[in-house]
Amino acid sequence: MEETGKMGLQFALGNQQVFIHDTLVNSVIIVLVLSIFFMIMSRKIKAADPTKPPKGVVHILEIIVTGINSYVASTMGKKGKGFEPYIGTLAIYLAIANLLGLVGFTPPTSDYNVTLALAIMTFFLTQFFGFKTQKLGYFKSFTEPYAFLLPINLLGEFANPVSLSFRLFGNIVSGALIMGLLYGALGWFTPILAPALHAYFDIFAGLIQTFIFTILTMIFISGAMED
Amino acid sequence: MLEGITSEAFVMGCSAIGAGLAAIAGIGPGIGQGYAAGKGAEAVGRQPEAQGDIIRTMVMGQAIAETTGIYGLVIAMILLFLNPFV
Repeated sequence: MEETGKMGLQFALGNQQVFIHDTLVNSVIIVLVLSIFFMIMSRKIKAADPTKPPKGVVHILEIIVTGINSYVASTMGKKGKGFEPYIGTLAIYLAIANLLGLVGFTPPTSDYNVTLALAIMTFFLTQFFGFKTQKLGYFKSFTEPYAFLLPINLLGEFANPVSLSFRLFGNIVSGALIMGLLYGALGWFTPILAPALHAYFDIFAGLIQTFIFTILTMIFISGAMED
Repeated sequence: MLEGITSEAFVMGCSAIGAGLAAIAGIGPGIGQGYAAGKGAEAVGRQPEAQGDIIRTMVMGQAIAETTGIYGLVIAMILLFLNPFV
């Protein structure tokens, strides 16, 4: 990680050197590109004629949105109503962030700051919706089945974001690390073997982790919403 | 024997050994994930029509089983790259 530590934006602000790591730069670039893309697309969707079958990019977007809706509905059931936009955004952002390693950028999810931020968002959503749907009964649920288990239950609750963030971070960074080591070790065989390894470490692991992160977010939230 | 070695180099070498030992944590998730995959294959053989649900449940369980291995990896990486003891 010594090599990646030097990458990123570096500029002087007043008499202070400011360093922005390239994972954060890439993260902001993804957000900007996605925002602009979907702004243009939403204008296109509004202009589309609903009586005719969709075509082109609008059709693909329709497939993605339908897929995310049924994915949320099958995991959270009735409680999932209204969560589709958040889960969909998370899924699209994570998928692109994890696949960014393929085109030579540092994946934003290989920075613990990014994954911890995402996990903390999940954690606060869980607490908020638990409290909103169960009121004070949510706090009482920590003292079940016995009151003396309260510290263990609280510890288990705080372990969720830690394991959630470390899982994503560990998978992506280990993939990048192993690929780096293999590029050094393979030598002449790199062009033959690298595509298969990229398919496993970047595409397979990246998409699986996207799936896992979103499904665990949904399970935590719907678990706290038990009524 | 240790006279030519600075204390910093000694600590870094020991950190590398510790990182190797931390990576042994990979044994546990390996066994667990293999067991889950075997059971998943069994379930698909018994009920091929439920393949989608079985694979989803299996992958989710495997990802959770992986957590302990990831902790080992994170400790190994902290020892190797952040050098907390130097």
